[in-house]
Amino acid sequence: MSKLYVTDREGHEHVLEGQVGWSVMEIIRENNLDIEAACGGCCACATCHVYVDPAGLAKVGEPGPDETMMLDEALDVRDTSRLSCQIKWTDDLDGLRVTLAPKF
Amino acid sequence: MSAAPIATDMIIIGAGPVGLFAVFEAGLLGIRCHLIDNLDKVGGQCAELYPDKPIYDIPAVPRCTGQELVDRLVEQCAPFEPVFHLNQQAQALTHLPDGRWRVSTTADLVLEAPVVVIAAGAGSFVPKRLPLPGAEAYEGRSLFYAVRRMEQFRGRRIVVAGGGDSALDWVLNLQPIAASMALVHRRDDFRAAPDSVAKMRRLVAEGAISLVIGQISALEGADGRLEGVVVRSPQGETRLAADTLLAFYGLKMELGPIADWGLNLHENLIAVDTEAFETNAPGIFAIGDICTYPGKLKLILSGFHEAALMCQKAFKICFPDQKLIFRYTTSSTDLQKKLGVA
Repeated sequence: MSKLYVTDREGHEHVLEGQVGWSVMEIIRENNLDIEAACGGCCACATCHVYVDPAGLAKVGEPGPDETMMLDEALDVRDTSRLSCQIKWTDDLDGLRVTLAPKF
Repeated sequence: MSAAPIATDMIIIGAGPVGLFAVFEAGLLGIRCHLIDNLDKVGGQCAELYPDKPIYDIPAVPRCTGQELVDRLVEQCAPFEPVFHLNQQAQALTHLPDGRWRVSTTADLVLEAPVVVIAAGAGSFVPKRLPLPGAEAYEGRSLFYAVRRMEQFRGRRIVVAGGGDSALDWVLNLQPIAASMALVHRRDDFRAAPDSVAKMRRLVAEGAISLVIGQISALEGADGRLEGVVVRSPQGETRLAADTLLAFYGLKMELGPIADWGLNLHENLIAVDTEAFETNAPGIFAIGDICTYPGKLKLILSGFHEAALMCQKAFKICFPDQKLIFRYTTSSTDLQKKLGVA
């Protein structure tokens, strides 16, 4: 099984099982970690903002145009920022590390 | 409390799809409704978050956008003449000695009715606040998330943060009366209307506005009086002298004052029974995404169902002496008259 590593806002790392076809947001949410994902995953808010570990950035790819626009509503946006609802899980992402961005 | 209380049958908190459909179901039973919403428009999340995105799971509507769904619901409930009170949040709930409920809003409106329906979705939309340490101390004095009176900002040294229409509109409107105006945005690309962006760029070229690309990383000042804003970018830090910061990072949803109304809550959701979707307080109902019960699904269609069943019980509370007859809109001329089609 593929693994997703999520660091929460307290700095604790959680090892989650990857689910092919789910988004990273859904994997995080279904494991009851604190992710708001207010719009439910349609790229219409910025409350599933995560930082992708640089090692995994190439595999995850660049944010799309809609996603870049929504990231304008996030704070402390970095080069590694992504909206986790827009990252579809594949086994190829096994070992991906993300950190939950601050809430506001 | 400035004006006299408005008396009605049903106060609906939240003018999203479920609140709008509740107006329809209530209207068929002769129940009049007033609605309260903190947005400046009806439609809730459908109108604010995804007006142009498609919805495929509304029964008998294979595909529509969020805004189309709202427009159709408004049309459907129009015969019942709902009264909308927008741009205000339901603030306090009081039980009156005669058994009715009083709801007051942040705009000092007072409504009284035997039934209150909370159809507030994930809460009311409020501006996202700057999460920087110490930012709170500046709020209301130097840091603002909305402009209520433009004159308040005459002669001020203003920094506006954001890249959407609110940010650009206020940059353009306030620039003529401000002592200085700077716009801060994280990238040199704006999702605001192209016309506003063009105007802003002209003023930047003329030197009337400074455009700073980066993100606000710190506020400087003391005792709620802002003196400067620090902007971080890959090129380093810039300090902008300013006494006023207007931050437009969009809206977020929060439960707000409802959390303190003494209702049974489970993780910010209101617990209801599945016969009438009534809360632990008699006469207070919760429908749509904000309610919870075993098996609850946060679907718009579930909210519609909840609205219909809720109204059965609401009718008994509103009109205790009347008998409720179950009828179909297809065959009942009485219902068709209410709808204005017979």
